[in-house]
Amino acid sequence: MTTVVIQTIGRILVPFIQLFGLYVIIHGPVSPGGGFQGGVIVGASMILLALSYDLSSAEARASHKVRIAMDSTGALLFAGIGLVALLAGGFFLEYGIIPLPMAPAEVRGIFILLVGVAIGIHIMALAASLFLHLAEEHEI
Amino acid sequence: MDHAPILVVIAPFVGAYLIPLLGLWKEKLCYPVATVAALLSAFFSFWLTASVLELGTIRYYVGGWEPPWGIELVVDPLSAFMCLTISLVSLFAVIYSKNYIGRELPGGKTTSYYTLILLLIGGMLGAVVTGDLFNLFVLTEIFSVAAYALVCIGRKRGSLIASYRYLILASIGTSLILLGTGYLYVVTGTLNMADLAARLPALYDSWVVIGAMAFLVVGFGIKTALFPLHTWLPDAHSIAPAPISVILSALVIKVGAYSIIRVLFSIFGVEFITGPIPIASVLTWVAAVGILMGSLFAISQTDIKRMLAYSSVAHIGYVVMGVGLAMEIGMTGGILHIFNHALAKGCLFFCAGAVIYQTGIRSIDDFRGLGSKMPVTMAAFTLAAASMVGIPPTAGFMSKLYLALGTLEAGAWVFLIVILVGSFLTAVFYLRVVNLIYFGESRVKSQESRVGVGDSRLQTPDSRLFREVPLTMLIPIIILALGCTLFGIFVFIPLSVVEPAVKLLLGN
Repeated sequence: MTTVVIQTIGRILVPFIQLFGLYVIIHGPVSPGGGFQGGVIVGASMILLALSYDLSSAEARASHKVRIAMDSTGALLFAGIGLVALLAGGFFLEYGIIPLPMAPAEVRGIFILLVGVAIGIHIMALAASLFLHLAEEHEI
Repeated sequence: MDHAPILVVIAPFVGAYLIPLLGLWKEKLCYPVATVAALLSAFFSFWLTASVLELGTIRYYVGGWEPPWGIELVVDPLSAFMCLTISLVSLFAVIYSKNYIGRELPGGKTTSYYTLILLLIGGMLGAVVTGDLFNLFVLTEIFSVAAYALVCIGRKRGSLIASYRYLILASIGTSLILLGTGYLYVVTGTLNMADLAARLPALYDSWVVIGAMAFLVVGFGIKTALFPLHTWLPDAHSIAPAPISVILSALVIKVGAYSIIRVLFSIFGVEFITGPIPIASVLTWVAAVGILMGSLFAISQTDIKRMLAYSSVAHIGYVVMGVGLAMEIGMTGGILHIFNHALAKGCLFFCAGAVIYQTGIRSIDDFRGLGSKMPVTMAAFTLAAASMVGIPPTAGFMSKLYLALGTLEAGAWVFLIVILVGSFLTAVFYLRVVNLIYFGESRVKSQESRVGVGDSRLQTPDSRLFREVPLTMLIPIIILALGCTLFGIFVFIPLSVVEPAVKLLLGN
């Protein structure tokens, strides 16, 4: 049973939770956190929305198709970064070796951020799906 | 640098994540993508095997981090052998899926089917190339979860309960594996298999190490469906769609057996498992009971797929028995049987699937007279059955011959008798089917009321009864059946990989 109090608090909190989640993803390379943790936070905000309002308002913002697309895109980005490193002559995911016009440490920094973003996209869709997919109506 | 170890795993995984994306757009693209992914991983397996035979064991540092810090992929001849078996049989299973799944699954499910089947293949390939115990646990869990979902994807009666039983029992197995891994980590401080092997000899007296071994063997024993732990297998393997039955019976339980070999021989070492803690001979006895009981259960089945499933319980016994003998010839036979059984059982499940696809027949009694209606499929069935029984010159005969010689090498006459009796029992239930196929009187007239897999679209059941299955299903059947014969005559081809593997495992 949702009330005005829950809905109002939820409405205020959701954007901040999502912003914090994105912060955790982006700051992954320099502070505790990273793609997985940030992704779970963003995904949890959709669960809060579904609980405080209803399933359809969460579905309107993260529909089944969007979640599947994000899930696959994140995983493919991750594999793609690994394969780019492989093409550059290193081991799989040895992204420090990718030739970019900057210092090797900076290259590593950029690519660990990209890896974090890829995992973040994947996990935020997955965390939301864990709840929403079970709640959606399916034929058995 | 040789990238085949990671590419063989990455190809199916990339395919698995590409398919949902393409499935949103066009569902028809799923099948070609899955086939290409399976084809790529088969290609990389060949490449991998060639370079392993040439250069010896390959070590691949993922991310460029060396073992104590990073995860290492170690491909020795045994891993390469498993990679080849897995990628070849699963390639045929994917090809076979096109028509079969098109009819069996409701629309909209094909996307998840191909995604899951590629995750299953990728997980198995990952489990056999990894050199890290924890990574082995993670990949075991990946392919197991995909397998649970695939068992019930057909939504047949009883498929949910079969899948649920498989889920519960195999999850207990996974938990035991995790516990064992944790115990080993506590006493040694490492999860890398080579590191573990180096540090364990000093700790052989520790009860923690013995406990860890017990947990790992029982955990992987459940995954392998070793005799007393097999109760999930018959339901799950018989109710799954045919291509999935093939992968489960031919490959998934073999990956469990591979994990037992890896843990016992590459981590604990052959001196430990045959000396102070004689786990190897315990496994041999358990396997011997499994061979006899599995065959006896199979004789009493009336459903063709259940019979084949129980026969898998018996044949995984041959593999584990060979491994448990822990001597050169016996182990060669056991490991060779992984490949030969995968070919034969894959072919048999494909044939059973083809019969179910065309006619809806599941009961062995109704196989009467099928030999004249589906001649190619039934010829393949007979060849594969001959290989299961071990009639020369089929492949099954060669691995059983090596096993029998191995029991003599070990001086264990009891197991020789078990192998012979097991083969006779196998002959009883396979030759019964073959006899019905060719010499049984046809019952087509009474069959017309019988329902096929997709009976709503099956307008004229009697005209379909006289046809062979489509080419995408027939070609895998023919190739596997030919493989059963050719690899018996040209047994040196698989042996060229198996023999170095056994030498490496036994440490000489």
